[in-house]
Amino acid sequence: MSRPGERNLWKGPALWWALFAVTWVLSSYSRDLSKALEARWIVKYPAGWRLPLKRDISDAMKWLVEDASFGLFSFKDFTRGIAWVIEVPYDFVRAAVIDGFVVGVGSEASQIAPSLSWIAVIAVVVAIGHTAKSWSLAALVGGCFLYLAIFGQWDSAMVTLASVLISVPIGVAGGLLLGIGAYRWPAFDKILRPILDLMQTVPVFAYLVPILFLFGFGPVAALVATIIYAMPPMVRVTTLALRGVPTEIREFGTMVGCTRRQMMWKVLVPSAAPGLMVGVNQVIMLSLNMVIIASMIGAGGLGFEVLSSLRRLDIGAGLEAGIAIVVMAIALDRLSQAFAARPAKVHSEDAGGESLVKRHPWTSSVLAVAVVTGLAGLVLPAFQSYPASLTLTTGPFWADLVEFINVNFFDQFEAVKTFMLTWLLLPVKRFLLGIPWPWGIAIVTLAGWKFGGWRLALLAGGLALFIAANGLWAKAMITLYLCGVSVLLASIIGIPLGVLAAENARANKVISAVIDTLQTLPSFVYLIPVVMLFRVGDFSAMIAVVLYALAPAVRYAAHGIRSIEPQLIEAGIVAGCTRWQLLRKIKLPLALPEILLGLNQTIMLALSMLVITALVGTRDLGQEVYIALTKADSGRGIIAGLSVAAIAIIVDRILAASARNARARLGLEA
Amino acid sequence: MKRGLSLIAALSAATYLSAAVPAATAAENQDPIKLTLHDWTGQLLTTKIMGEVLKKGGYNVEYVQADYIAQFAGLKTGDLHVAMEIWETTGREAMDEAVATGSVENLGETGMQAIEEWWYPSYMKEVCPGLPDWKALNDCAEEFASPETAPKGRYLGGPVTWGGFDDERVEALEMDFEVVHAGTDAALFAELESAYQRKAPVLLWVYAPHWAPVKYDGEWVEFPAFSAECYSDPSVGENPDLAYDCGKPRGPIWKVSWSGVKDKWPGAHKAIKAFHIENDEMGAMVTKVDLDGKDLDGVVAEWVAANEKRWSGWISK
Repeated sequence: MSRPGERNLWKGPALWWALFAVTWVLSSYSRDLSKALEARWIVKYPAGWRLPLKRDISDAMKWLVEDASFGLFSFKDFTRGIAWVIEVPYDFVRAAVIDGFVVGVGSEASQIAPSLSWIAVIAVVVAIGHTAKSWSLAALVGGCFLYLAIFGQWDSAMVTLASVLISVPIGVAGGLLLGIGAYRWPAFDKILRPILDLMQTVPVFAYLVPILFLFGFGPVAALVATIIYAMPPMVRVTTLALRGVPTEIREFGTMVGCTRRQMMWKVLVPSAAPGLMVGVNQVIMLSLNMVIIASMIGAGGLGFEVLSSLRRLDIGAGLEAGIAIVVMAIALDRLSQAFAARPAKVHSEDAGGESLVKRHPWTSSVLAVAVVTGLAGLVLPAFQSYPASLTLTTGPFWADLVEFINVNFFDQFEAVKTFMLTWLLLPVKRFLLGIPWPWGIAIVTLAGWKFGGWRLALLAGGLALFIAANGLWAKAMITLYLCGVSVLLASIIGIPLGVLAAENARANKVISAVIDTLQTLPSFVYLIPVVMLFRVGDFSAMIAVVLYALAPAVRYAAHGIRSIEPQLIEAGIVAGCTRWQLLRKIKLPLALPEILLGLNQTIMLALSMLVITALVGTRDLGQEVYIALTKADSGRGIIAGLSVAAIAIIVDRILAASARNARARLGLEA
Repeated sequence: MKRGLSLIAALSAATYLSAAVPAATAAENQDPIKLTLHDWTGQLLTTKIMGEVLKKGGYNVEYVQADYIAQFAGLKTGDLHVAMEIWETTGREAMDEAVATGSVENLGETGMQAIEEWWYPSYMKEVCPGLPDWKALNDCAEEFASPETAPKGRYLGGPVTWGGFDDERVEALEMDFEVVHAGTDAALFAELESAYQRKAPVLLWVYAPHWAPVKYDGEWVEFPAFSAECYSDPSVGENPDLAYDCGKPRGPIWKVSWSGVKDKWPGAHKAIKAFHIENDEMGAMVTKVDLDGKDLDGVVAEWVAANEKRWSGWISK
């Protein structure tokens, strides 16, 4: 630990406390001040200085949809062409797993071949599971799909599966190509980076309207939105994985005289494969995250099932459909991880003599199952689709449970809520909303300068000004308040859980199962019971955000503690530390950079949840995006979306810079 | 929604010819008529009933999931053809804008009347005996209060996107209430369900036709009757200085279509114009689906079977 670092540490807090005190005073008296000076601009950004960007973007969209042309064909023809390219395979997969193959359109259609029967689909996933790893994996994924059949989610689940089977390959292939491009040409990487940031931080709702206009109505628009949302991690992972290929392998490639193309596809990509699979896994998970939103613009499937159940307040049915999404995520996640961990294939030399059936036992037996059940299904419908009379539902149980809690414990919940509102939420809200906007921008700029120099200061200040200039300052502050309080709570709960998970193997198992479920279960499923218990308002929204954003706080804290070098801990033990001292003086400080990264991710997730919480009536940027969606106002949505992204980018850059500083201070990195 | 597979269709053109002989030869054009589906049960019922009737008339029908407001973009271009429920109260603005372009046609009323108003469960009458008159609300505002709004009463309004001028109404009628906006109607009715289970005070925006006023026992608050002047002219109504000092408008639910429907499928155009169902009938069907858990397509089939005389009149007109 170096000397200058410590001096900074001493100087830093004093400065920030002083700034905080000034801000507090300004925040408390800004209204009086603006009245006394007759300067309303102090508290409210003057309407006359606003940028007309909203209208410009809407006009640009209109031009793009109605007039833009490349000469031979219009821009809309071009996007509709892309839509067709996606729709053909989508229709094919959908026909294969659920709809059956038909000719003709609309109600004229007549079936020429049935879809795969439910038994055949399960046989396929079991076969894949066994090929990828083992019988136990096969049993797991088979069980997952069996759940879908038994709980009556089969039809919707297959529609969702079809869209995942299309969006994932496109997302992976697109991400791979862009990632390779970024690896090869540094200039391209520079351009791509900010675009990826935007793709990940602008809420999907913000660009749904333009996508609907350009790609038409129905599942394709939803697929396009899913791909945009799910692709960025693949691009990043690809670039990282390619950079991580050991130099020896690269040199070997050069030695045997590879061309550039051979070098890329025969040497680099295969050796980066395990890393690439992490990206594939991310694309799958994010695609499933999008299921609910996609169903709002016509994707149907499990997301629609969740939404329509909750509109009927059928909490049990909503939960079952939500769990079906989780189950599907588990199955696809385990399969993709198994493929990632699979040892490289060894080409066997002696298979030539055997028959086709013997060489491909799985393919042939699955084919046999498909044909047999398909034919049997013509006679006995139970072979084709799982009989409705055998489905289970736990719906009434959940409804009764929520009612029981509601009737018996509402007053206790109300007391907790009132306490939190009075002592935490409302003071924070008042403080943030009181800050005069010019001072707010100044603080953000200063923070940027302190942590990352003048470049970061310029970026942070510029983005903050962008928000103010579009008249969204107040909404941005509410966003910050809701997000900030939630992140605080998520960290208070999540970091100790993470530490516990790292120290205790049994706790780890339970905690990671809960965290995984919370992340893949659509938040809408628990949002409605939360509203029943805590009413519409910021508190309900906060609970939903905390539940969703908890995961990274736990994971990164656990990872940080686990990856501390054992010598350092042993040194602590030798020096006679108690367990508590060990944790406080050695483990936590050393895990700090990881914890900060986790904090960063928690904030990103909290921001991405705000659009969902707008559905229970918050008044932040999320609501602005949501209003724009329901009014089909592209300009308004995109501006509000960009403002969310601006907050995310400011926070991300400042935190990343401070994590770097922390690392340097701890001497972990040069 | 079964979608045609263009690839397969092209490959097996011969099969297509034999398979796709129209069920009835009355239809003018065998391209599918695309009806939009939204996410509330009443609309699904209205649309599916219309769709099934059109099928009986020999038309090729396709259902497309689309957003309530965003669908107008599709209706203008002819990507989508028919939307069966545009509520006077929530969709009027978008509808008028679309009709003004000339690419969308208003096909008249469905026969259902949209009601949107402040609503309370009957047990609240015991604590606030003056109800349903709105003036009684001020006397018992505290009964409706929550810790956040006390001493003012709490009124749970619809999502801000629904409009409705509740904030203005509270101010104009000098009511001691605070308006809290729910984000979606799922959240709105979740809160009603919760309060109803505990017999707790609640006052909120309810609309009909919907399952809620059927499932829960309650009444609409009676405000001074709505008039267009009341909304536009401050001097009219209770408060001489402010507008919106009256109840909400009640209005028809409209049917709209792409304007090309008239030329492409004239018979279907007439049938959609003739479609007529009233609140009670629809309310009963919505209840069957949402509260009794019956299959939606089954309820539609039941209606079609029971009302052959009515709908055959629509097609033949």
